[in-house]
Amino acid sequence: MSRNSLWEYANPRKFLQTTDIVLPWVAWFAAVTLVLGLVWGFFFTPDDYRQGSTVKIVYLHVPAALMAINAWIMMLVASLIWIIRRHHVSALAARAAAPVGMVMTVIALLTGALWGQPMWGTWWAWDPRLTSFLILFLFYLGYMALWEAIENDDTAADLTSILCLVGSVFALLSRYAVNFWSQGLHQGASLSVQSGERMAMTFKLPLYVSMAAFALLFIALVLVRTRTEIRARRMRALLARERMGGA
Amino acid sequence: MPDLGKYAEAVLTSYAISLVLLAAIVLLSLRRSRRVKKELQEIEEKVKSNG
Repeated sequence: MSRNSLWEYANPRKFLQTTDIVLPWVAWFAAVTLVLGLVWGFFFTPDDYRQGSTVKIVYLHVPAALMAINAWIMMLVASLIWIIRRHHVSALAARAAAPVGMVMTVIALLTGALWGQPMWGTWWAWDPRLTSFLILFLFYLGYMALWEAIENDDTAADLTSILCLVGSVFALLSRYAVNFWSQGLHQGASLSVQSGERMAMTFKLPLYVSMAAFALLFIALVLVRTRTEIRARRMRALLARERMGGA
Repeated sequence: MPDLGKYAEAVLTSYAISLVLLAAIVLLSLRRSRRVKKELQEIEEKVKSNG
């Protein structure tokens, strides 16, 4: 791959052509792995000796939480590309990812509450990880609202990129809060390379499949939504040109 | 259907909420994609016909 080849996809036409081919494959893999991961996890895994059948919530909660954070990190990278290189597709990709990341955050928060009630005896606690996740959710809402509030696309991309940089602190805190503060109800990472109490392979394998499924679903949705944003931007440009021509 | 015991409500609600939310974001994304594509085609045809 040549040094400049990655930037070819910053060309909207090239991006649309490439994703025309890639998108159906990603979407099919996402659908297949999602069905496989959730059916495997729900129907074919045993109850945990401590958590009972609530352990089945892990196949939704962990992948959704992972993607909620990773979506923001993807938005951060896209925003940095916009700030540094002014590629419109990257700004539009960040915009496209936000609602998907927000849905993942809501799933993580709700399934966490539903899991927490029988295990901790409470739906919610002002625990470092839970609180930073709630703040991340509010950042998603603010980010999306800011895009909608500003008419000029480039100004909106500039300001939302700055907001994305600030929000990254909470995306990282959501992941590492348990390590920073040894307090709160939430456990440490479910999957880790460090030694300690490990998840049994019976639970781990379907969890890996579910994590892959959520990641593929996220990619598929971001591609669909970025394509839409590219077309919507072109539409706004054509309408503006028409108005100028008519004036 | 596996026997979920006393936690059935928590597990089933988690799955129901998550699947509804995932279905909603997929359907809304596809619906907007189709609508914008159609509108853009119409505008491009209009621009072409206006020269």
